[in-house]
Amino acid sequence: MSEPNGTPEEYRPDPLTPVLTRRWLLPESWTLRHYAELGGYEAMRQAFAMAPADIVTLVKDSGLRGRGGAGFPTGMKWSFIPQPKPGEEPTEATKDAPQFKPKYLVINADEGEPGTCKDTPLMMADPHSLIEGCIITAYAIRANFCAIYIRGEIVHAIRRLHFAVQEAYAAGHLGKDIHGSGFDLDIVVHAGAGAYICGEETALLDSLEGRRGQPRLKPPFPATAGLYAAPTVVNNVETIATVPSIVAGGKDWFRAMGRERSPGPKIYSLSGHVERPGQYEAPLGTTLRELLEMAGGMKDGIPLKFWTPGGSSTPLFTAEHLDVPLDFEGAAEAGSMLGTTAVMIFNETVSVPWAVMKWTEFYEHESCGKCTPCREGNYWLAGILRRMNDGQGTEEDIDTLLDVCSNVLGRSFCALGDGAVSPITSGIKYFRQEFLDLCQAQPAATERVLAGVH
Amino acid sequence: MTQAPEQEAPPVPEGHVRLTIDGRTVDAPKGEILIRTCERLGIVVPRFCDHPLLEPAGACRQCLVEVEMGGRPMPKPQASCTMTVADGMVVKTQVTSAVADKAQQGVMELLLINHPLDCPICDKGGECPLQNQAMTSGRAESRFHEHKRHFEKPLPISDEVLLDRERCVLCQRCTRFSDQIAGDPFIELLERGAHQQIGTEETAWGAGEEFQSYFSGNTIQICPVGALTSASYRFRSRPFDLVSTPGQCEHCASGCSTRRDWRRGGVTRVLAGEDTTVNEEWLCDKGRFAFRYPTSPLRVLQPMVREDGVLTPVPWVDALERAATLLADARDGRGPARTGEDGEELAPKRGVGVLPGGRLAVEDAYAYAKFARVALRTNDVDQRARTHSDEELDFLAGHVAGVAPSHVSYAHLEAARTVLCVAFDPEEESPIVFLRLRKASRHGTRVVHVGSWTTPAVVKTGGHLLGAVPGEEPAALADLPEDLAAALAAPGAVVLVGERAAEVPGLLTAVSELGARTGARIAWVPRRAGERGGVDAGALPTLLPGARRVDDAAAREAVAEIWGVPTLPERPGRDLTAMLTAARDGELAGLVVGGVELADLPDPALAREALAAADVVISLEQVHSEVTEHADVVLPVAPAVNRSGTYRNWEGRDRPFTTTIDPGQGGSGRVGGIAAVTLPDCRVLDSLAVEMDVDLFTQTPQAAAAELSELGTVAVTPSTPATRPSAPAGVSGGARLTSGVGGGAPLTDGPRVRLATWRQLIDGGALLAEENDLPGTARPARLRVAAATAERLGLVAGEPARVGETLDLVVEIADLPEDVVWAPSHIPVAGGVVTLAGLGLHHGGAVEVRGPGAGAPVVGNGEPQ
Repeated sequence: MSEPNGTPEEYRPDPLTPVLTRRWLLPESWTLRHYAELGGYEAMRQAFAMAPADIVTLVKDSGLRGRGGAGFPTGMKWSFIPQPKPGEEPTEATKDAPQFKPKYLVINADEGEPGTCKDTPLMMADPHSLIEGCIITAYAIRANFCAIYIRGEIVHAIRRLHFAVQEAYAAGHLGKDIHGSGFDLDIVVHAGAGAYICGEETALLDSLEGRRGQPRLKPPFPATAGLYAAPTVVNNVETIATVPSIVAGGKDWFRAMGRERSPGPKIYSLSGHVERPGQYEAPLGTTLRELLEMAGGMKDGIPLKFWTPGGSSTPLFTAEHLDVPLDFEGAAEAGSMLGTTAVMIFNETVSVPWAVMKWTEFYEHESCGKCTPCREGNYWLAGILRRMNDGQGTEEDIDTLLDVCSNVLGRSFCALGDGAVSPITSGIKYFRQEFLDLCQAQPAATERVLAGVH
Repeated sequence: MTQAPEQEAPPVPEGHVRLTIDGRTVDAPKGEILIRTCERLGIVVPRFCDHPLLEPAGACRQCLVEVEMGGRPMPKPQASCTMTVADGMVVKTQVTSAVADKAQQGVMELLLINHPLDCPICDKGGECPLQNQAMTSGRAESRFHEHKRHFEKPLPISDEVLLDRERCVLCQRCTRFSDQIAGDPFIELLERGAHQQIGTEETAWGAGEEFQSYFSGNTIQICPVGALTSASYRFRSRPFDLVSTPGQCEHCASGCSTRRDWRRGGVTRVLAGEDTTVNEEWLCDKGRFAFRYPTSPLRVLQPMVREDGVLTPVPWVDALERAATLLADARDGRGPARTGEDGEELAPKRGVGVLPGGRLAVEDAYAYAKFARVALRTNDVDQRARTHSDEELDFLAGHVAGVAPSHVSYAHLEAARTVLCVAFDPEEESPIVFLRLRKASRHGTRVVHVGSWTTPAVVKTGGHLLGAVPGEEPAALADLPEDLAAALAAPGAVVLVGERAAEVPGLLTAVSELGARTGARIAWVPRRAGERGGVDAGALPTLLPGARRVDDAAAREAVAEIWGVPTLPERPGRDLTAMLTAARDGELAGLVVGGVELADLPDPALAREALAAADVVISLEQVHSEVTEHADVVLPVAPAVNRSGTYRNWEGRDRPFTTTIDPGQGGSGRVGGIAAVTLPDCRVLDSLAVEMDVDLFTQTPQAAAAELSELGTVAVTPSTPATRPSAPAGVSGGARLTSGVGGGAPLTDGPRVRLATWRQLIDGGALLAEENDLPGTARPARLRVAAATAERLGLVAGEPARVGETLDLVVEIADLPEDVVWAPSHIPVAGGVVTLAGLGLHHGGAVEVRGPGAGAPVVGNGEPQ
């Protein structure tokens, strides 16, 4: 193991060096010692020297957008948290107003989107970058409590995060009056029970409060009434882990990476039929062609058939989309979404209807059940797809699939339903013939026994 | 070319917004939910989860509409049940929008794919929102070729409510009702996705708490499908085969509107009627499920006269004649001659007392009051079949009689900043008052309960308990915390006082003084449906109809003039206990008794002795009872379902009702193959009076009501302080401990502790006879005690303890004061009811409690459950 030396400035990241993953290959990279050796917790000290509002402005100016899928500008989200005006004191009339309530920071570490595996390795390899990000963010929004809601199944990551939080407390990075700044912060690592819906921010908050994890009615939005009805910022792990580097490197450095409206580095999670699947950090706007080059190309040279740009909830792409710049605008312009940059790559050996069925079964299983379109729609869609894949489908089923999808898309309570129909509609859009082929030998609808009639 | 000048639109009213729905411009109050605005325009947007009294959920997605804001159409159709109106909003419902129509049709199809096609055998079939909306928004042919989801069914989630999960559309009305309205979240969503279901701890784990709530029946009524059905109604009828008649609940003084559905002479179910001023759309389980008593085999359907010690059916004329003769003789002292202990001849007993009971319609109470004064020439009439006192009579005269709902009403409770409950556990004693207090507390009203422990009602109305040792509540009121006293002095504050305040000497005076001191309005909430009306009708020994005092000569004259009699008796009457004592001691010859349960009386033993000793007992009853056992003549009277009348609820609000089932069409049973006709009390008393050569003019409830209204009410200033603190009658015996200091036994010593007690809602009352499912809703009778006291007495939670000499109750730990125990005052046991009063135990008095090992259980529920 080579001992790093020199001053932290020498490790100041530049566009050509990895940012989020730069410590990952160090032995025992997750320890505080190694984190500190590579400039860790310096950004925190820099932040404490700034006014909280200036940090919000900095992050706003950096152009950082949420890494959880929707790409909402992070600094803007923070600026929605109501703060008392300078010199404003609570009165009898305003004492219950949001600006005088405690503020909370909640980290969404409930990584559950199929194909997505960026936050878990980040928390495994470099948990302190998340913790430092939490400290800076909490300081910026004036929160004294932060909860990291982490997916219950990833016990290894939970343990590592717990250990890191303990280390941070021991080093005085957490607790009361952190390093004499007068700022207090407590972090609680809370394990969820592994429900996909709890990655939806309001369902996550309900679950965190000990309730059944189902999305809440909005408004009110979490920024005014989130955790325990107090103003709350909910951010993704990768987003918050990016914050220290912005504070340390500045907005111009950050904007040197990526594209105008989607700046910064991003972890692309390549999985499926590639030679070297794994996490590839690259500036936003990198194309699949470039990513495949880094990953050694398609596995065994079998050609690419279809892929998802950001998890199963983002409409499929095909080989014709190899040069689509993978940032928020690029993916959207090409008819999909950047999502969580979970790039699942499938070669020509994979049946699209089969893959779509497996994804739909996931949504059927994970639909929270609150609203009718998602609960019943996914049950029905999965049933049809299972029947088609069993060779019992008809051409009419394809129309039914699309019509049911149109009755779920935009009709469900939260975005889970919208995401659930993406693989089906995009799968049929690009590979309709494969679905038709499955229905070839089927008799006309009128001659079939209707299983559902009873 | 001429052109009509453009008419300028009127300005938007203050606090309103202007929007367009389906091309029509409408002004709506700010904050209104869009679907309500549509309703006001007569546009029916289909919905399942939406309910005007529940918080929005947006779960079913049936009510999707297209919305345009600021000229920009929103990208997705919006749920009109969660969206609030905004200025300039343009809304297109399914009427004008193909997108909204398609969205609604799509959701309807999705709701139906897994819904069983069992409408022909479903209780809801014919009155089912899903069925109806499937007709308006559904498709004629199914394209669902998969297998429907199956669940085991039905699951009994309580004794009264059955759950069919296959029919459920998961609108969450039931869970939201239980959580928001009743505060009994024993019913919840379980599992997720297509497996999501309604359930209880029991259905989830196979064991655990079932759905226990006094309001569980409301979930059946608001269920928009046939998923929650009533155990007592399931498979009994089709809704379109029933006649629905509006009614009034006869079970308590809350005054709920009901809808009685009936056929073939019998009520098949009772539903909550809609009345925003009183019960909104809710009804407690007692009101909903206790409707079978009119068809009890114990019903009295024919007049009966005691011949050779046996009650024998006779024609009405004979019974009336016999009763009239007996009563006239008793009144005038012409009864049988008596000999004293030394053989000397004593004068015959003289006089008749009237005990109407507290369950009467106003018209009946009036008839009893008039019958006593005119036919029996006495003020000995007392409707209070419970612990009572002279202090209470003064309180009723000063604060209750003649007071209109404009003094304190449900609306006042909801608007109040502070409500103080004294000797009143609203959930047990007036459930709909409880619901309104809970609603108020959820919106910021501070509801403070003066009581001995944190009951479920206290918890569910905000958790403010002002702890008081039983019997020492007056001191607690005299020495209120400063902030509470200040809050009560603020405008709108209300003090609710229960009927059992009469059990504590000085408490009603303390309430009265508190009202005078703070200006808080006082309202009296009795338990029984007839008590409030009886106060106004003069069914009390010191009050004439219309809040007139017996001791007021001018008032007597005014009443006598309208009644067409020369004078009214001057001497204030005896109360119930005084009458019973007089009858026992041979000073009173006869008693006319209405619907009175001896077990409910402060001293049931005294009542039994009095009835046995009285020369004449005339009973007006619906069912055979302990009173009819002693009666010389039994005159059958009609249950509420077979007659019209008016209840006056605790607010003083008239709750008129019409006949549900004409007695000529049955409903009460049959005698010799012919439908038995029973008559209202007022009609029976009128006929009886005629036999005694007196006219009551109460042949019909309408006639009685007209005369009562002619009498009017004298002006009442509801602030007159009560002036006669006194011990409640019937409790003045040895059971009451006056003080721990000075002479006598110390307050608490060894196993002796102080008793707090009141009735639970469902505790084996007479009107609950014949109900098999309802008792399952009852709260188990438990002895509650603080942990330290339990330890001192050697009591173990979950184990039985011996209360007094013969009663065993299971112990539960609660936050009572030290050396105080609480037990329900009525304890249903096999074949009847045990009352603490019957055991000589009273609120504020002493009781001996011993731990396990006190011998085999005698009565009560001493088996650990």
